[in-house]
Amino acid sequence: MSQLINDTGFVPNDITTPFVTLDHWTTGCALQLTSDTDPNDLDRILSAPCIRIEFPTSADGRGFTLARLLRLRGYKGHLRAFGHVIADQFAMARRSGFDDVEIHDTVARRQPHDQWLFRTDWQDHDYQSRLRGDRSPIQSAQNTL
Amino acid sequence: MPTPKLSQIITANALINGDVIYFTRHGTWSPNFDEAEVFEDDAIAQDVLIRASAQADQTVGVYLTKVAADNGSYKPAHFREDFRKTGPSNYFHGKQEGVKNV
Amino acid sequence: MYKYNDFDRSFIENRNRQFRAQVARRIDGSLTEDEFKPLRLMNGVYLQLHAYMLRVAIPYGSLNSAQLRQLAYIAERWDRGYGHFTTRQNIQYNWPKLSDIPEMLDALAAVNMHAIQTSGNTIRNVTADHFAGAAADEIADPRPYAELIRQWSTDHPEFQFLPRKFKVAVSGAHQDRAVTKAHDIGLRITERAGKIGFDVIIGGGLGRTPMIGKTIQEFLPVDDLLPYIEAVVSVWNLLGRRDNKYKARIKITVHETGIDEIKALIDQRFNEIRPSFSGIDQSLLNSIIADFQGPELRNEPVHEFHTRYDSAAVFRSWIDTNTAAHRDNTHSIVSISLKKPGQTPGDASSAQMRVIADLAEKYGYDEIRISHEQNIVLPHVHKEDLFALYCALKPYDLATANIGLISDIIACPGMDYCALATARSIPIAQQIATHFDALKIEHDIGHLQVKISGCINACGHHHVGHIGILGLDRAGVENYQITLGGDATQTATLGERAGPGFSADDLLPAIDRLITAYLSVRLSPAETFLETYRRLGQAPFKAALYPETQQNTKAA
Repeated sequence: MSQLINDTGFVPNDITTPFVTLDHWTTGCALQLTSDTDPNDLDRILSAPCIRIEFPTSADGRGFTLARLLRLRGYKGHLRAFGHVIADQFAMARRSGFDDVEIHDTVARRQPHDQWLFRTDWQDHDYQSRLRGDRSPIQSAQNTL
Repeated sequence: MPTPKLSQIITANALINGDVIYFTRHGTWSPNFDEAEVFEDDAIAQDVLIRASAQADQTVGVYLTKVAADNGSYKPAHFREDFRKTGPSNYFHGKQEGVKNV
Repeated sequence: MYKYNDFDRSFIENRNRQFRAQVARRIDGSLTEDEFKPLRLMNGVYLQLHAYMLRVAIPYGSLNSAQLRQLAYIAERWDRGYGHFTTRQNIQYNWPKLSDIPEMLDALAAVNMHAIQTSGNTIRNVTADHFAGAAADEIADPRPYAELIRQWSTDHPEFQFLPRKFKVAVSGAHQDRAVTKAHDIGLRITERAGKIGFDVIIGGGLGRTPMIGKTIQEFLPVDDLLPYIEAVVSVWNLLGRRDNKYKARIKITVHETGIDEIKALIDQRFNEIRPSFSGIDQSLLNSIIADFQGPELRNEPVHEFHTRYDSAAVFRSWIDTNTAAHRDNTHSIVSISLKKPGQTPGDASSAQMRVIADLAEKYGYDEIRISHEQNIVLPHVHKEDLFALYCALKPYDLATANIGLISDIIACPGMDYCALATARSIPIAQQIATHFDALKIEHDIGHLQVKISGCINACGHHHVGHIGILGLDRAGVENYQITLGGDATQTATLGERAGPGFSADDLLPAIDRLITAYLSVRLSPAETFLETYRRLGQAPFKAALYPETQQNTKAA
């Protein structure tokens, strides 16, 4: 089982359709990407309503760059970080373009609700938005949701 | 020259103060090398290592290391463990100042 | 110097609150050691042999006296009364308790300092020429660009869990004093038609597989700086190997992908990223540049200095070795050696730090630099003040006249402290320095850089030492390999291994034979060790290092 987290903390999972892998994906399906996805494959999946990017371990940061590239290429759908993500990475996930984070129950048990809420201040103290100004495609994509 | 038979002890660093510590026969951790439980049998050592590693709220980096018999007691078989047991060679700091009982 | 604004201050305070909570969560079991380790590392906390170690960033090597005094205070309050300056312009404390580190970080924040990204698989502390803002050969001060990169890389959401560490160095002078060719990205400021830009070098690095970096952009416009390096790191984050940490650095990615192919990928990524920078970074940059305008230098002629220089031989010797040309000819750049023979290279006691802070305030316009060569620099000193400065440094063992000489050795902490080390470095440096100091021949030997690493990770830069020494563990015994002919400057070269290693006892006699050979084969005292080596190659030096082998060869 897993636990979904957004800016309000632990919330029930609202996506019940199955996620399919890139090999089996067709337009309209929710898509699950592995962290070693070739960035060239991102262009053909921009119509997916929801993309979940896997974090096999919390030390694998490729998902953050994949999320950012999807937003840069105009992806407007729902973007979710999935797997071994820790509370300390919540701000990184949100700033990279993810909408929410889905973690395994084992991590959720060790890192309860309040530890995630502590990092929902991701819009504060952000050097990136300061250095880029308001032209960040991450912000614009999320604002249109 | 025949290689002398080596035994093993379990060592780690203490989570809070980082001090080098050794696993004792009482199932506790001691800063004193001489209090380390010495294992002649590798299978037993591996078994106790699992038990010692489970105390993750007190320790960091639990591992087995070899010791050699030395006039009725033991000494580290490798110079790296000698430094961990003693302290750095450029200043008289660390354990060589005297092991404090924690 | 850059002045922290409210944003920087509240960022650091917030970050320290996060780390305080992370420590508490590690202790209460919310975080496993595997999860905590990357978090503590990105806040500069290592676990070494005897204790934790806190590595504090000295961004681009610049400090003021209040900051140096605070470093002295931290050493006394929570450590053992000294700090170790490293080859990447950091200071390391060797004995902190994990539970004290949040306090230490708050004490650093009080003087606008931090330990963020001094470790871990992130973009590390950005280093720069230690003569920045003062050197006579400077095109532009590299520090504003280093500060811009510091802000961009700090807490960058994509780049906190990279395949491996990532190091950036910036140089703004003709002479490369920042080892830019041995960094993941090296930036060298160049000038074209009155405008400045960057020679961008990527894929350099020392360690297990040393490589000299390659130029990937000859003249990158200043306003493309952040998007371009972001493109480099973005490409590498996805392409870099995560299956083998020894093959994860960008130098291997560049090597395996090929420079042309990776350049094409980076250019393509740059085009994608470029529009996400509105240009506001350039107005921030302009205000940073204003902060780095430097002090208004005293306009006073030089009289007494020349008399002192001519009459006091010891002072003259110190001036000749420890000062460098300043952009203003009434001033000098002073290097304060932390290499008194017999001492640990790069260590300074709290008392020494305070004296240097006081003198920087009195004679140096309150500016201090830390060099990657593990010395401290006062970048602006009026020549009339040099004698008083020298006299004030002397009682604190800070007036050693050996900058650039054989006893000015770079050495990593080695097996005395480091959990990764395979052999000791510090005692080797102490022996070599003490030996040649006793012989009183180091000024005759001249410019010679000895660099010692206690393991293959090469923190001691041995590959780019004129004489490099690498400490290894050979079947449970310390063993030292010698490399010759390395060069850390704009003509960067990797040293060549001379032959089999030496035991700790045999190493000093071997170095002594090497130096004797150099003295006998050089054309004149003006020909440096490196020049002689380049002219003659390894042969005469190898013969000196391995006399038995030579005799055997002759006999055969």
